[in-house]
Amino acid sequence: MAGLPPYASTGQKVWHYSYLVICAAIFFFLIAPILVIIPLSFNAENFFTFTPEMLRLDPEGYSLKHYRDFFGNPDWQVPLWNSLKIAPVATFLSVALGTLAAIGLSQPHVPFRRAIMAILISPMIVPLIISAAGMYFFYSRIGLQGTYWGVVLAHAALGIPFVIITVTATLVGFDRSLTRAAANLGAGPVRTFFKVQMPLILPGVVSGGLFAFITSFDEVVVVLFVGSAGQKTLPWQMFTGLREQISPTILAAATVLISISVVLLVTLEVLRRRSERLRGMSPG
Amino acid sequence: MTDSATTPPRQPMAALPGGEVTEEGPMLAADGRPLKHSLNRALRREKLRAFLLVSPLLIFILVAFVAPIADMLFRSVENQIVSETLPRTVAALREDQNLPQAAPGEPVYEALYTDLFIAAEYKSHTRLGSRLNYEMTGLSSLFRGTGRDVGRFDTDIYTDQFIEAEPALEDPVAWTNWMEQDEIRAGLPFTADAWDAWVKLTVEANEDDPLEEDVEDFVYTALYRDLANGADPEGFPDVDVSEFETVSIKALFEESDEDWVDPEIWQVIKTYSPAYTDGYFLNSVDMMNGPDGDAQWRPADEQIYLKLFWRTMWMSLAITFSCILLGYPIAYLLSTLPLRSANVLMILVLLPFWTSLLVRTSAWKVLLQQQGVINDTLVWLGIVSDANRLALINNATGTVIAMTHILLPFMILPLYSVMKTIPPSYMRAAKSMGANDWTAFWRVWFPLSVPGIGAGSILAFILSIGYYITPEIVGGTEGVFISNRIAYHISSSLNWGLAAALGTILLALVLTLYWVYDRIVGIDNVKLGG
Repeated sequence: MAGLPPYASTGQKVWHYSYLVICAAIFFFLIAPILVIIPLSFNAENFFTFTPEMLRLDPEGYSLKHYRDFFGNPDWQVPLWNSLKIAPVATFLSVALGTLAAIGLSQPHVPFRRAIMAILISPMIVPLIISAAGMYFFYSRIGLQGTYWGVVLAHAALGIPFVIITVTATLVGFDRSLTRAAANLGAGPVRTFFKVQMPLILPGVVSGGLFAFITSFDEVVVVLFVGSAGQKTLPWQMFTGLREQISPTILAAATVLISISVVLLVTLEVLRRRSERLRGMSPG
Repeated sequence: MTDSATTPPRQPMAALPGGEVTEEGPMLAADGRPLKHSLNRALRREKLRAFLLVSPLLIFILVAFVAPIADMLFRSVENQIVSETLPRTVAALREDQNLPQAAPGEPVYEALYTDLFIAAEYKSHTRLGSRLNYEMTGLSSLFRGTGRDVGRFDTDIYTDQFIEAEPALEDPVAWTNWMEQDEIRAGLPFTADAWDAWVKLTVEANEDDPLEEDVEDFVYTALYRDLANGADPEGFPDVDVSEFETVSIKALFEESDEDWVDPEIWQVIKTYSPAYTDGYFLNSVDMMNGPDGDAQWRPADEQIYLKLFWRTMWMSLAITFSCILLGYPIAYLLSTLPLRSANVLMILVLLPFWTSLLVRTSAWKVLLQQQGVINDTLVWLGIVSDANRLALINNATGTVIAMTHILLPFMILPLYSVMKTIPPSYMRAAKSMGANDWTAFWRVWFPLSVPGIGAGSILAFILSIGYYITPEIVGGTEGVFISNRIAYHISSSLNWGLAAALGTILLALVLTLYWVYDRIVGIDNVKLGG
């Protein structure tokens, strides 16, 4: 599809351009709902549609009042802080345990490797509502339901498959003779890990961590059931807002989250390139 | 694993050049052990180390994730509440011959009296009522109403007559002494049981000292039952009960609520008295345990779950199909463009993929409203009139549109990774041999891209049948899935058993599909938007 040959017939030209129009329309469908949120969040009125002032690009039609509400109103600030308190701890747990396990799984002789892998990946496979239901039942039995640590544990479990997948993928390209060389030169296993292995697999670990972070930060189904009012997170607040009284501040919150996604996307892309470069450098 | 390592083979291991065989036996490592032994030890140690590295996470997942799922599976069949709340009644019902034609006999009511009296003190009868109400409406109010009455039943005539005949029977200290003697306990089984229950109740629920409290009526009622049966244990005061004024407990229950003599109600209690039940699963497929114990369909107006499963399936199929329709052209474009421009366009696919689900759902909620951007635009363009704005939200249409948008990247990414591997020269070869554009595409490209369609479809379908958030917000009542019903039963109707059974069915469905996915694509090939 890389351009039309000069001998293309009229029919081919018509088809080629209508195909491009169709693709453009689908891209529009993909991206427009997200982009349209951004200008709407600067609406000076409490409407969810473009006011005539906005369409005329009149500065009167735009304001930051929804952002002021988002950053000033405890209804939004408390959930935002809750999210920021839960996600990093859950991420730390997933990354620490997940990296260790991924290193173990990438050893040549692991008993029951497939079964272990299936168990570790299962939180990604099971529909969230089922995980949420099970965790609600079980965590209420052991007194974790409605507590901060209950939500952190649940989110850490949900983030682990992403860490396992990204870190094992990075370890596939890892040259094990490097660790043997380090051991040969007298480094202990811990020193080898931190000085040799960790710097090389770091891009995989960080991107796994980013996945785990975004999983926890965006997660709403499990926290709805496992958490209580004290652990209300930002997505939870948005969910209640959407279900009950929808306030335009939600658009400001959405725009803030979109900016975070863009930053994460760029970080991941940079990490991916760096990882490819590093892998190109390491022998083998 | 270790047996073969510890018994080195007897015959010589290595043949020397020239065909001679050494005499020393197994080959030795530097430390003098047999080499095979040594290697096996090293291998074992390596396995152990790998396992130790994995085990913290494995334990974590087992506790934080697998145990909850197991708990859910258990709850979908667990039904101990009936036999825990009404243990005596359940035992008496087992002996009863009257059911299902007529209401059970007096012993069952006597057992129920004791059980319900105790349950009412613990306030557990309301929970039992709500549980049984799932199987038959009206049982909740029946238990609640009689739970209130049961403490005021006219059984105090036994208490009064016993105390009149033998004043020592009023004294809890004397009771305690009698109830410590094994012969008396053996002679008065109902009494001993009721006494133990009363002591437990007084200590646990009321936090009183049994030695200072008045013994409750139900203990005297049990004593009357024992003595009327002809019991006369040694050491217990002789009371002649043949002249006692009596009262029918069955009549007392009937007075409280005449439903208590309805054999159907008793049949429900009997059907659900075992500790495990298939009732929740039958309920999940619009069936129930009939009066004769066989599974049968629920009344037509109570049949909702099969319809809901069916709707979840076809809407997921519709969503998957729209994803193929929209995803295929995009994946084709991306895979045929030069890498640099493909990477730029890929951002348009990855940005929605990375954007918070709630953001995308809010966007659709805002866009699809009657006064939202899409309807406004259509009115402005003159496609629809202002009076007939399209109903795009709170129905199945809203769910399909929003979910297609959300799941589209999951279709495009596997399609793209499959199409990337199709050599462009195949198309050129087909054309050079006389195929026109369509034939070359349909006969060469399309068959090669089918694995991508399969992978993307299964992924989108699996994700879609378990979705909760988006249908809840844009689906109204007509566009919700089975997940929304599960959530409803957990948080609103509190029918946890039914929620667990529905969840188990959904889980089985998803796992089967994943098994298929694993066979076709392999779980390891799940790409994370890279």
